Amino acid sequence: MTVLALARKELALYFTSFLFYALATVFLLLAGYFFYTNLGFFVLMGGVNLQRGLWQYQLLDLQRILLVLVPLFTMRLFAEERKLGTLELLWTYPVRDADIVAGKFVACLAVVAVLLAGTALHPAMVARLYTVRVAPLLAGYGGLLLLGAAFVACGLFVSALTDSQLVAAAATYGILFFFWIVTWNEAAISDTALHLLVPLSLFDRFYPFARGAIDTRDVTYLVLFTTACLAFTLLALDTRRWRGLR
Amino acid sequence: MIEVRELSKSFGAVDAVAGVSFRVCRGEIVGFLGPNGAGKTTTMRILAGVFPPSSGTVRIAGRDPLREPLECRRAVGYFPEYAPFYPDLRVAAYLRFVARLKRIPRAHRANAVAEVLAACALEGVAHRRVGTLSKGYRQRVGLAQALCGNPPILILDEPTIGLDPGQVVEIRDLVRRLRGDRTVFFSSHILSEVATVCERVIVIARGRLVGEGTPDQLSARLGRRRRVVIRVDGPADEVTTALAAVPGVLRVERREGGLALEAAEGADVVRAAGAAMQQRGWSILELREEAIALEEIFLRLVSDGDPRS
Repeated sequence: MTVLALARKELALYFTSFLFYALATVFLLLAGYFFYTNLGFFVLMGGVNLQRGLWQYQLLDLQRILLVLVPLFTMRLFAEERKLGTLELLWTYPVRDADIVAGKFVACLAVVAVLLAGTALHPAMVARLYTVRVAPLLAGYGGLLLLGAAFVACGLFVSALTDSQLVAAAATYGILFFFWIVTWNEAAISDTALHLLVPLSLFDRFYPFARGAIDTRDVTYLVLFTTACLAFTLLALDTRRWRGLR
Repeated sequence: MIEVRELSKSFGAVDAVAGVSFRVCRGEIVGFLGPNGAGKTTTMRILAGVFPPSSGTVRIAGRDPLREPLECRRAVGYFPEYAPFYPDLRVAAYLRFVARLKRIPRAHRANAVAEVLAACALEGVAHRRVGTLSKGYRQRVGLAQALCGNPPILILDEPTIGLDPGQVVEIRDLVRRLRGDRTVFFSSHILSEVATVCERVIVIARGRLVGEGTPDQLSARLGRRRRVVIRVDGPADEVTTALAAVPGVLRVERREGGLALEAAEGADVVRAAGAAMQQRGWSILELREEAIALEEIFLRLVSDGDPRS
């Protein structure tokens, strides 16, 4: 129940802040623009003959927008609370740290889910003219949500380390970007190194989802990544508390 | 209700609190006094459960906050220094959030919020955002959240800091009214404030306890001395010598517009000094007894820890 109360307060703070509406607008405009260009490309290049389907392009683009926007949603979660001094107050209520972390995580993930739900408009539009296969698309959106959860958890952890929202956002970009590009420089690293690194890349984990395939290994990795970040968040809070830092 | 034994807290190499022991009984209203940086806030944060002590034991309503943190926090309403707030939440919505966190059952929640809104005279601004309120109202919102859930212990950290004199009186009256059968532990760096609100005062300086007792007891620790102020129309040096010879006078000090005599306990210096002056034919322009100001006691306590020096 306290988790729910904490999540409700976070949502209330999101929905009363101008930043949320600005970011939501940017997200939906970018998603719409990507959909427009992807659809154009798909139609001009002969659609069905392409190796990748329309939705695969679109899902991969949505993933990139998430990378750009999620750190801006997560940066305030703990940093703002610390700056305002309200974290000190939260710590005097009969609430566990785990409840605080869970409440913030759930609220921020709900915001990401709402934004993703907004992009369901695009398949709905196509479905009026053309048959859209729902199952692979659902798998893709499921993957986006899992990836979103991983991003949110990572941002939450970084936000618990600082009282500056700017630092929180910048560091989250750094970490997420690293997990994206970790497999890019294939030529420079050996096969074995690449073999070890590929499983670590958050973004490589998403390709199967974009194709409409749910691989339990990918699901497990994303869930583990999220859980680890949440555990680190708890640890960060606890350490700061024992040291007497608020 | 609150028991603290040998409490210490250090931040790195800095000892914020070094071996403080005291207790606050049920229904008592106790002032926690000390200059800025004495360790008041650190002590109160430990009592409220913000962080654990480096060493020493704390009992809140008989419980150990390290073992039963949630139960202890439920017994305490805490008002942190500067009353932090979420600027974008509305007053009533914020208090509903606090009521949920304090696990007030749904059926009683609306009532509990209405009660604290009324107790802190916040009904008129219940639907305003906290960030748009004046400082005085924000402090009241801070008190309202501490009061929410009717905790038996209130820990208030400098609730009147940064307010104008009118607001200070308002908050002070509010604290007095809120008291009821609660235990109130109230910190301040202004002695007169503590003296008007509290029955007992605990004085802390540089992380250590330097005095404890009622304001009267604290004065008594200075040796129950009194001070007599006298202004005489006569040759200054001779008057001084004559007064110093009066039985019971410990010290004569020249002050602007007269002389101050420090008198021993129980001596009737006013009468004796008056008689001595009359004998020599000098007229007395002014003669009165002056209480040694609490501020002076406080300063002596915190400046060296030994009130008799």
